[in-house]
Amino acid sequence: MNESATILRHPVYTRVVHWSYATFFVLALLSGFAIYTPWLFRLFTPIFGGGPMTRLLHPWFSLGFVVSFVLQVVNWWRPMSWNADDGRWMRNIRAYVTNAHAREPEYVDFFNAGQKAYFWTIVASALLFLLSGVPLWFPNTVNTTVVSVSYVAHDVAAIVMLVGFLIHIYEGTAAQPGTFQSMTRGTVEKRWASTHHPAWYRRVSRL
Amino acid sequence: MPTGTLQIRQISGHSGSVPGAGVSREEEVCKYIDVTTCIGCKACEVACVEWNGNPFAPTTFDNTYQTMPSTTWNFWNLIRFNEHQREDGVLQWLMRKDQCMHCEDPGCLRACPADGAIVQYTNGIVDFQQENCIGCQYCASGCPFDIPKFNALTKKVYKCTLCSDRVGQGLEPACIKSCPTGCLKFGTKSDLVALAESRAKQLREHSGFANAGVYDPQSIKGTHVIYVLHDATKPELYGGLPANPQIPKSFTFWKRLAKPTALLLALCAAPVAFFHYVTAGPKEVARDE
Repeated sequence: MNESATILRHPVYTRVVHWSYATFFVLALLSGFAIYTPWLFRLFTPIFGGGPMTRLLHPWFSLGFVVSFVLQVVNWWRPMSWNADDGRWMRNIRAYVTNAHAREPEYVDFFNAGQKAYFWTIVASALLFLLSGVPLWFPNTVNTTVVSVSYVAHDVAAIVMLVGFLIHIYEGTAAQPGTFQSMTRGTVEKRWASTHHPAWYRRVSRL
Repeated sequence: MPTGTLQIRQISGHSGSVPGAGVSREEEVCKYIDVTTCIGCKACEVACVEWNGNPFAPTTFDNTYQTMPSTTWNFWNLIRFNEHQREDGVLQWLMRKDQCMHCEDPGCLRACPADGAIVQYTNGIVDFQQENCIGCQYCASGCPFDIPKFNALTKKVYKCTLCSDRVGQGLEPACIKSCPTGCLKFGTKSDLVALAESRAKQLREHSGFANAGVYDPQSIKGTHVIYVLHDATKPELYGGLPANPQIPKSFTFWKRLAKPTALLLALCAAPVAFFHYVTAGPKEVARDE
């Protein structure tokens, strides 16, 4: 095969949706962590024009994230569905992390189990964010116990997402050369496809 | 305060000791409310609104003498009326002046995420600084007494200041100034706790209120507003005064310890990723077929 030839991995719709919620995510992350702890309040609130503005904008950033992320959930529902191969992959996650093999196992399709696990973790914490965020947005409408429980739940979701986000950035850039352009230009080298997603590569090559 | 620093320590050419040496002044203030002598005249409500320059809020008639269901952002002082029939058949008409309790351990202050939006002075007054308030209303869920109230227009939270502006000038709070029966008093915490205890003793021994006592809940290290109640074993009767007020754990253990710890642990993902790159290295595209 022509090794430098590229194939389309993420169509333009996927990319636009991805960077939409990525933008909202970062804005919500910074405005959220400004309020998360007093240690970060003076650091991050000036970005948004001070404390009151940070408080005002944060739920809207988050709503922007939720709306654009829902589009991606619909878009990726099928390729992200969990199957028996994913259980196999997870049992061998050690080999993946230590780069024991040059290639991914033959059965790895469009997404590997690690990507799926990340995706569903974000879906779950986004739901937790949304459920706990509404009472925090309108605390006047619920009793104070609901607010103080939501406060803790919102923090748990934030911590889960932060860890996931940091790993996601690493995996999407430095950890796997050639991956980042799949979400910018949309294309990957064929060699990249056969390395990381052999089953997907076989499917699209046959077309 | 300036007067404190001008206390004389040494005197030149003076025989004998320095007059007034070693005198110390108690700084903690207290509002004393004897519900047993309150007549429900609401002079304190009016004085509060007037002194603080708040617009008059619409009143709600609900077949009692209570001005409105609860305090609001511009109505910080509310006499709560409750009819209560005692077990021996005596009907009691309970009136309690409801306002910020100025807790020694303030739940609002603990819950607040905004730098400088809530302060506690050394005299014990808990004061909101609206210019620093971000309008998140966490203070309202940290408060065991449902006191901080949100103004949707200014997006700030307001409450009783214990007239910190008056107290700072050596005046008593406006509500105290207006009280015609003397059921409200203002002074140092220790003086008024002693007064409250002696009044409660009087109620127990001479007025037939066997359970009379002082409300100064120790679960929040005491308050700078204390009540004398006919029945201190049932504070809930007085418009829902909590017997054992608590600050939610979300704003104590969770906010002070768990949150920063969790954040630091989460941020460890960054160095972990970096050292993974340094040790295991990136997964390069496979070159062989």
